[in-house]
Amino acid sequence: MSAPTPASWPLLALVPLAPLAGAAVLGLGGAAIQKRLGKGAVGAIACATVGVSFLVAVAGFVKLLGMAPEARLVGAHLFPWIDVGTLRVDAAFLLDPLSAVMILVVTGIGGLIHVYATGYMHDDEAFWRFFAYLNLFTFAMLTLVLGDSLLLMFVGWEGVGFCSWGLIGFWHKEVANGRAGNKAFIVNRVGDFGFVLGMFLLFWSLDARGHGTLDFVELRRHAHLLEGGTFWGWPIATLVTLLLFVGATGKSAQIPLYVWLPDAMAGPTPVSALIHAATMVTAGVYMIARLNFLYAMAPATLAVVAVVGAATALLAATIALAQNDIKRVLAYSTVSQLGYMFLAMGVGAYAAGIFHLMTHAFFKACLFLGSGSVIHAMGGEQDMRKMGGLWSRLPATSKTFLVSTLAIAGIPPLAGFFSKDEILLQTYLARPALWTIGLAVAGLTAFYMFRQFFMTFAGECRADHHTQAHLHESPSSMTVPLWILATGAVLAGFLWIPRASLFDAWLAPVTAAHGHGGHHEHPPWGLELGLMGGSVLAAAAGILLAWAMYARRAIRPEAFSEALGGLPYRAVLNKWWVDELYELVFVGGLLALCRAAAWFDLHVIDGVVNGAAAVTRGVSRLAGLFDNHVVDGAVNGVAAVTQFTGRRFRNFQSGAITWYVYVILLGVVGSVLLYRSLAVAS
Amino acid sequence: MSEIPLQHWVVLSGLLFALGLFCVVTRRNAIGILMGIELVLNSANVNYVAFARYGGGGYDGQVFAIFVIALAAAEAAIGLAIVLGIYQQFETIDVEATDRLRR
Repeated sequence: MSAPTPASWPLLALVPLAPLAGAAVLGLGGAAIQKRLGKGAVGAIACATVGVSFLVAVAGFVKLLGMAPEARLVGAHLFPWIDVGTLRVDAAFLLDPLSAVMILVVTGIGGLIHVYATGYMHDDEAFWRFFAYLNLFTFAMLTLVLGDSLLLMFVGWEGVGFCSWGLIGFWHKEVANGRAGNKAFIVNRVGDFGFVLGMFLLFWSLDARGHGTLDFVELRRHAHLLEGGTFWGWPIATLVTLLLFVGATGKSAQIPLYVWLPDAMAGPTPVSALIHAATMVTAGVYMIARLNFLYAMAPATLAVVAVVGAATALLAATIALAQNDIKRVLAYSTVSQLGYMFLAMGVGAYAAGIFHLMTHAFFKACLFLGSGSVIHAMGGEQDMRKMGGLWSRLPATSKTFLVSTLAIAGIPPLAGFFSKDEILLQTYLARPALWTIGLAVAGLTAFYMFRQFFMTFAGECRADHHTQAHLHESPSSMTVPLWILATGAVLAGFLWIPRASLFDAWLAPVTAAHGHGGHHEHPPWGLELGLMGGSVLAAAAGILLAWAMYARRAIRPEAFSEALGGLPYRAVLNKWWVDELYELVFVGGLLALCRAAAWFDLHVIDGVVNGAAAVTRGVSRLAGLFDNHVVDGAVNGVAAVTQFTGRRFRNFQSGAITWYVYVILLGVVGSVLLYRSLAVAS
Repeated sequence: MSEIPLQHWVVLSGLLFALGLFCVVTRRNAIGILMGIELVLNSANVNYVAFARYGGGGYDGQVFAIFVIALAAAEAAIGLAIVLGIYQQFETIDVEATDRLRR
């Protein structure tokens, strides 16, 4: 497979580096800027850097448009980063149709969220810290997307994880927020472990075949070398893609590592919108789309991806049915929609998956920001049971929220309809069994989203009088982004018309490796229309049921749970007890392991240590005896002799000068006499 | 006139030396000891001059005697200063009492 060499376009580096500069300025001098020039300056710097990125991203998009489809590849080489042995990694960025879509989403929606956050966070003391993190996050996400090698992607991968941790625990004075941040970070680390192992194995196996590289262009050129290779009896391609997928389940909140995302709602709402809905959590989807040539070689992995995606979509959708926290519903909805995207990846519908990623970014960001606007208006209240009747009180928020809710429910002609339908169509063609799950999830999605909508905006307001008196629409810095995102949620879908050609053709150079993905043979219109009708019907049924239960109150929601004995309701209310299970198995298991280790330490290791100590003590005692009696005896003996002699001689030194003179005299006389006698003798 | 023979000078010098030494040995008073030393030095001077006169060695002996006198003066100055120091320290100049280093 020949891949074109990227054309040089140094300006591309500005896309990630502008937010990095913003993060550096705000992180190092933000407190001073905020003190001297006010919060407006901080917000302006943060928004401007992302704005610059967006403009360059648009320029890059236009540049790609002007090139031949097969040659759409531009890069910016900064400097050689690692050059050890056969491993060569450069700090370089790569723009192709796939990453172009991603950076437009990240900088476009990210920029709107920055603007929104200047309004939302206005009363926060640590305004500058928030925007420093937000800019740093944007930088990391753009590095993830634009990095030209798996390793640079991993740098961004870790960077977004770190910023996510910092932003979830942003209000760190509450211990629970810090815990949620830690949980997100630790769960992500589990996934990252798989990612790193996958990267090692990939490089190692390619190196053994003479082409060790992590560069995407090179990987694509040499991936076929892995064909037929095995490692411990496993096909290498399957093993590598599975390990990388483990990383994706962590970052993109799939079974079994999705548990951190709902807790991540502890962060400020713009963070939930930016990180935990629109961008970071889609990293796993992006990674699979980026490495589609590898995944195409591993059908077993694709099956796992599809099943995990479908299962996650269903599980999260059921949990979302019973949540009462406005943001938690959206969090589970995000997990569920990410499941859809992985389902698309798993059936090889890369373009459809990325398309859903993009449309989802619009309406989910709009929903989160809308919920933030509601929370803002309600004075921090997040429980939907205490809301209601906000339709007329928050005109802009409620209208945009309705549009986005319709979009996520899959009502034509809004964006969610096109992307979700394409995924369902491709799933039906590839794996009909999973299609039924997808259809059920579509119905559930419509139900829980409208349940949320009706509980929040319809009926009587259930808030206390104090809150009601303070209800107010948010400032324009918050509502304008809502309107833009809602517009996107309406219009983005039309990129798919006519019949997927625009978007699909755009991504074709990336996804068409090995003739897989990309241009599918389109099924007959009848089938497509039938499937569309099915999913719209499911959505309509869900909406109708929600309307009957929560707007008209014609059906009591409790009736269902009572009819089924209450157990299913309690199961979904308690999130299928997954957190408890993890607590029991992993935390409990770890504690049990620790206890066993402690016992072992106390009894076996300490026994050995104490035994060694006892032996040492015995030997020491013997050595002590020898020392005391033999060595010291010798030393003391010498000392005693010296002392005795000294005592005797001491008397000479009487201190009386006269005595000394006598002795001198005696000596002189003695010497003379001796000399004389000797002289006489000779 | 007959000259005094050399032997007389030598005997005189020996007597002076013996008296000086006796003085040094027996005195407990530090100044007494210094005076004894002066006698010893002067007995040496007598010897120098006598041998110079009779020995025919030019004026070497006389010159040496003058050196000895100068040295004796310097020694007496230092010795008296030491005695003064001892007195300030011990309030006595009895050399039997100044045996602190022994203890």
